[in-house]
Parts: sequence; C-alpha cells; structure tokens
Amino acid sequence: MKNLHLILLFLLIGIFAFATSEGTETYTAEDAPWDDGTAVLHRWNLSAKWEFLSLQKADSLGVYQEIFNEFSPSGQFKETGLNPDTKYQYRLVAYNEERSDSTSLFSETTTQQQWFAMNKLPLLILLVIVCSSVLYYILSARKGKELFIRRISGLDSIDEAIGRATEKGKPILFVPGISDLGDIQTIAALNILNQVAMKSAEYGTEILVPCRFSMVMSAARETVKDGYLKAGKPDAYKEDNIFYVTDDQFGFVAGVDGIMLRELPAANFFLGAFWAESLILAETGFTTGAIQTAGTGQPHQLPFFVVSCDYTLIGEELYAASAYLSRDPQQLGSLKGQDFGKLLTIILILAGIIAEIAGLGWFKNFFEGVF
Amino acid sequence: MKSKIPQFLAFISGVVILVAAFIPHTPFGMFEETLTNWFMIISSFAILLGQSSLIQSNLAKISQKAPDWKYHIATLVSFGAMLIFGLLWGMENTPGILGQGEKIAENLGAKPFDYLFEYAFMPLSSTMFSLLAFYIASAAYRAFIFKTFESNLLLITAVIVMLGRTSFATVLTSWIPDSLHFLRLPELTDFIMQYPNTAAQRAILISAALGVVGASLRIILGIERSYLGGDK
Amino acid sequence: MSNDINLTKTLRERRIIFLLLVLAVAIPIIFPLGLKTHSTPLTEKAFELIESTPAGSPVIISFDYDPSTVTELQPMAIAIIEHAWRKNHKIIAMAMWPQGSQMADMAFAEVQKKFGEEKVYGVDYVNLGYKPGGMVIIQAMGRNLKTVFPKDTAMIDYDDIPILKNIKTIKEIKYVVSLSAGDPGLRDWIMTANGKFGIPVAGGTTAVSAPGFLPYVNDQNQLSGLLGGLKAAAEYELLLGYEGTASRGMNPQSVAHIFILMLIVAGNIRVWRNRKKEKMAKEVKNG
Repeated sequence: MKNLHLILLFLLIGIFAFATSEGTETYTAEDAPWDDGTAVLHRWNLSAKWEFLSLQKADSLGVYQEIFNEFSPSGQFKETGLNPDTKYQYRLVAYNEERSDSTSLFSETTTQQQWFAMNKLPLLILLVIVCSSVLYYILSARKGKELFIRRISGLDSIDEAIGRATEKGKPILFVPGISDLGDIQTIAALNILNQVAMKSAEYGTEILVPCRFSMVMSAARETVKDGYLKAGKPDAYKEDNIFYVTDDQFGFVAGVDGIMLRELPAANFFLGAFWAESLILAETGFTTGAIQTAGTGQPHQLPFFVVSCDYTLIGEELYAASAYLSRDPQQLGSLKGQDFGKLLTIILILAGIIAEIAGLGWFKNFFEGVF
Repeated sequence: MKSKIPQFLAFISGVVILVAAFIPHTPFGMFEETLTNWFMIISSFAILLGQSSLIQSNLAKISQKAPDWKYHIATLVSFGAMLIFGLLWGMENTPGILGQGEKIAENLGAKPFDYLFEYAFMPLSSTMFSLLAFYIASAAYRAFIFKTFESNLLLITAVIVMLGRTSFATVLTSWIPDSLHFLRLPELTDFIMQYPNTAAQRAILISAALGVVGASLRIILGIERSYLGGDK
Repeated sequence: MSNDINLTKTLRERRIIFLLLVLAVAIPIIFPLGLKTHSTPLTEKAFELIESTPAGSPVIISFDYDPSTVTELQPMAIAIIEHAWRKNHKIIAMAMWPQGSQMADMAFAEVQKKFGEEKVYGVDYVNLGYKPGGMVIIQAMGRNLKTVFPKDTAMIDYDDIPILKNIKTIKEIKYVVSLSAGDPGLRDWIMTANGKFGIPVAGGTTAVSAPGFLPYVNDQNQLSGLLGGLKAAAEYELLLGYEGTASRGMNPQSVAHIFILMLIVAGNIRVWRNRKKEKMAKEVKNG
C-alpha cells in the first residue's frame, strides 16, 4: 500500500512537471548591462498558442501603458530613454485574436548605471597594450636607443621638390586636405606643413596654402609662421599666402585648380583627407608639369594619387611623416610602438582564424564583447 | 605659457574622452557630449574668420589690379548676392528679413536664393564633378601601361573590373558553362572587389588606425606640437 | 625644344581624348542602346532590408551629399523613397551636408508625382533639414530627437508633426539609409547608429567611394547593403521593376567604360611604338 502511494505520488509529480514544462512561460525585465542606466532588457518565452502580445509599463499612477507589441513566442526588447536608478514595473500580456484567452506575466527592475562597459574590455586591453608599447619605445628613444625607420621616398623627395620650385622661381602649393581640424589627417598634414614651411623659408620660396575650413586656415597660419621662425626668417612670412577658399567641396577644387593653372606652382603637396576631388586636383597639377607628392588615409583615393603623382604616402605613412621629417627620437619611438601594434594585429588575425577552424568560438566572442 | 595652456587642454580633453568611452556612468558620458558641443560652437564662429579672409584676399587682389583681377570681382559679387538674397527672402520655407518673398517667387518660379542655387550653383558643382570622367580617361591612357609585374596586375584587374561594371559584362561571358561560373565577368568583378580589394583596404585601414593611435598619443602627451605653431 | 613639342603633343592628345569621351557619352544618351543590367548581392541586401521592414515603420533617409554628386546619388534617393513608400514606411529625411535638405525636397517631389495625394507631408514623410556635426548629431539623436530638430524645414514644431509623435530618440527608427558623398556621412552612421544603437544601416555612395565601405558589409552587419554608383542605382530600379534615370544612365556609362578600355589599349600601343623607336635609334647609334 505504501509502495502504491509512492508510485501514485511520483506519477502525479511527473504529470504536473510535464504539464507545466510544456506550458512554462517566462518573462523577465532586467537592467540592461554595461550602460548608463537608461535601458531595460525584456526577455520572454511564451507558448506558441498566443498570437499577440502587449508589453506594458506602469506609470507613476500605477496605470499600465503599452510600450511594445511585436509578437514572437520567444524574443527580447531593449527599452531605452529611461531614468537611471529608478524602479520600473512591467506587465506582459499575451492573448489570442478573439481575446477570449490571455495570460499576464509581471516583472520589475531598477535601472542602474555601470561604472565600466564590460563589453568594451577587449578594446581596453588592446588599447593598453598598444599605448604601452608606444610609451615603451618613446622611453627607449629618450635613453638614446637607435631606432631604424625604413625610407619613405615621398618624404625624402620634399627637399627635391622645394629645390625644383626654387630653381624655377615658382611657388609651392600645399593643400592640407579638405577635412576640418577635427580630422587627425588634417593635424598630420599640418605637422608636415610646418617642416615644408621651414624648408621653403630656408630656400626663399613662397608657399601657398589654400584651406577649405576657417579653423584649418587659422591653424595653418600658426604652423607656417612657426616654420618661418624656426628658419630664422620671420619677416618673409606672408599671412595672405594662407587663405580660405570656400566650404563647398567642388568649389574648393575649382579654386585650387585655378590657382594651379594661374600661379603654376612647381611643387604640389596634397596631404590630408581627400574624397572624390583627388583625381581632379592631381591631374590638373600633372598638366602643369609640377612635381607632386600626395598622401591620405582614405584608401579609396590612393589609386588616383598613385596614378597622377610622383610620390604617394600610403595610409600610416602620412601619420609617420612628422616623426620621419623631424627625426625627433621620441616621435620615432612612437612609430616603433605602432609597428608593434601591427604585429599584434597579425598575430590576433592568425590566432582568430585557427580558433574558428578549431571551433573555439569563445575567442571571436571575446573580441566582440560577448561574454 | 602660450603653448603650455593649449597642450594642457589637449591632454585633459584627450584623456577625458578616452576614459569616457569606457565608463557609461554619469558624468563621463556628459563630458564627451559637452566637449564635442563646444567644438561645434567654436567651428560655427570660425566661419566668420573664413568669410573675412575671403573678402580680404579678394579685395586685396582687386585693389592691386593683380592678373585676372576681374574674376575676383565676380567672386565677391556672387558671395554678396547669395548672402543678400538669403538674408532678405530666405530659402525654401524659411523666411528672410522681408518675409517669404511670394511676389518674387511668383515671377522667378522660386525664391532668388533657391533660383540661383538650382540654376547656377548646382550645374556648376555637377560640372566640376564631371571633370573626373575626363581626367580618369586621360589618366587611364597615360598610366595603365604593360611594364612591370605590378603595373600588369593593375592593368588586368582594371580591365576586368571596368568591363564587369558595365551592362556588356553579362553578354560577353554568358557562354561560360555553369561549372566555371566564377570566371564570368560580373562574378569575377565581385570576387576582386570583395576579397583582394577588401583585404587590401582593411590592411590600409588597420595600419592607418594604428597611425591615428600613435599620432593621437603624441598629441595628447604633448610630444607633437607642430599644429599649435610649435614651441614659442 | 623637344620638351615643348612633347607638351604640345600631350595637350593635343588630351583634347582629342576629351572630345571622343564627350561623343562616347552623348551618343548613347541620344540613341539609347537598350542595355540591361542585373542585380548584385550588395544591392539585393539593401533592398531586402527595406523589403522586410514592416509597414508603418519610421525610417531615416540621410541626404549627405550636394549637387556635385546628384547624378549618382539622386536616382538612388528616388528609388529608395519609392520602395519605402510602397512598403508604407514613414520617412524622416535629414541631412548632414548643407545642400542635402534641398536634395531631399527634390527627391520627394519627384516620387510624389507617382504617388500623388496618397502621401501626405507630415504624415508619411517629413524633412527635418540640415544639422552640422556628423557623429555628434547622431549621438544627440540617440538621447533626444526633438532637441536636435525642434522644427522641420517648414518651421513646423516637432510636436505638431504627426509622423514624429511617437518618436523620442533615434532608437525607435527601424533602419537608416545614408546617401553619402563624403564626410560627414555613411561612416558616422555606421559607427554611431549601428555601432552604438544597433540600428540597421544601409548606404548609397558614389562608385569611387564604394570600395572603402565594403569592409563594413560583414557578418556583424555593420552595413546592411551598399549601393555603389550609378550601376547600383540602376540595379535598385530593376529590383523595383521600373526604368529610371539610373537605368537610362547605364547606356552612356557602359559605352564610356569600353572607350576607356580602348584608350588603355591605345596608350599601350603608343608606349610600345615609342620603345621600338628608341631601340632602333640606339641600334643605329651603336652601329
């Protein structure tokens, strides 16, 4: 008898478990991880018998208002625009078309601000490694360690270009890209401009710098002035040679083309950010017979410069130019650090390929910020 | 002192933005937004600098009767006209000082600013952009020469991609059997664009990004100061 | 002297090339060849994004270009607006380039001719106009759309525009299409709208810039489709089932490409002949 009771009890538990497992519906509302406390992540798992859902949030009076209603038996929704450190109550109502049957699930959560975006951990690790290597090599350079940098012919040719302009008695044209001062390519171009201006001052050659943006014009004026100062010829500096043309992309190109055809500069430098107008500038310069050096971080404009210019700085060579030209040990040290970063990237790519082939998905997931 | 303050500001701004990228908690998110808003405000005021430079340099060339000085008058007249029309009657649905300019719009078909924009500025811009087509033709004639291994590779790839991007591509290679479908021009073009081209672009992007990290670090740490006008 | 002769010869050659190119482009426009194009995966991906988005969804089309690139990007804009309207999406137009707003008005006016009174301003579409700032603006839109665009280009208040009634931030937007000729543009949308807010982004660019965005079309769907140049615009029109400006433009484009290929052949023949002349001259000199 006792055994029969036990058997019946187990049967009942089994039937109950079976019944609830088939109909187990869950709904959770949690604070969205690693954010500024303005989002809640809703997850639900509903029975396939429902056809509609209504996700509702209680307002300050406790009245539920609908915030989402796209049905899927199993899904999630990220609600944003909330206030941090605030408690929210939710209700998920699932129902059929006739509304003859429905179910309601409740959840509540408090939004929280996190102090660290954990999904950006891999980015932080890589950044720390690359920055550390840059700092290490800068410190090594300070201690007097010799650092080898390969030749960059585009930068070695600057002297030749300025010399040619001096022989012909023609000016140099320097276009620091068509992007604003917020673009690092423009800053890199201005750093090179400083060196070019110094050399032009030494040779006694005029330098023309048309600018697309006023802020770039202001910075370029300071840069060129400093170049002339360093060369010991501050009186030779002409502010009007660094001027604003127009903000419009093709208006700027038309203006610069006009300068090239009228002034016939013997050397053209196109360094910075360029877009579709790169070939127009380079070809016009080619027709005037000028020696041309170009450099940009935009990969899709490089082919046009390669075809029409005598020398082209590709990608990071533009950023390395300032260090290369000044030969300042600290700046050269930072270039070595960048090279370490490249080596690290190559190793990670190879490791990633091997991991994926071996089915070790966690490697890729880690770098995607999925833990 | 003149260069120390900008260097200090560059250091603080750089470090704050870097830290704020990893910390969602207030006030770090606000720092980034505030600093970038400040940049936008400064840029807007800097437009005045540019306009005064434009007027000054053109007036100087006119007064000195520099070569082609008449074209500089055209620049100033165009600049002035657009400015005045925009101020007086506005553009599109935005009113100017004198209102919406309905009478003028009736006669011209549009407000003066919009009229000049559509019938002068737009065709001029398109014309400048269309120069690309001519220059690509002359550059192709000059540069795609059968010489070294690299130039040959460039030439062959250019021919495949150029043909593949035309409507002739399908016609020219539709006879290739399905088992060798990857040799058909459109698919070969897609392969070149999606694999070797993308790989090369990514490599340049990655190395340029590392260059940006290095350059930014030098600027933040004050090692590179040329953009400030160097040491004074 | 020989330098001067070479320069004159080069100038003459260039002028002949330019004249022939004009003819190569003009003749197919006047006498269309009726060439057909075929869609490619990148265009189909963009098409699928819009096709699969439910009716009534609010979407953004960002007009980040100016009149210089109108030939390539405007047909894309018109095709995308037509597709979105066929799917009854609510279009919010904006621009990060100053003239982009006018490009938007022109595109809407063109497509409105087909839809007539079916599409009402403020209900089915709105033009919020130009805002400078690129990524900063998109980030601000992620916090509060109304503070970024308090009024539309017709100076109507944000709260009075029906289409914007339930939209507080960009996070309510179902997808973004950026038609971009440079910077600011598509890259900012990819990094911010998709990278930060997870909103699907599709892009339209000039043919020259398109290869630079191909790395973003990947498994992470940083870019859900890319239209690169006039050919892609023609492919989109084909998918929509009509022949528009882009499809007609493929005639001269195809002929121009063939002409450039012929120029490459001519250039190589010229260089080969010059080399041969130099070689013979050397042989004569050396006896």
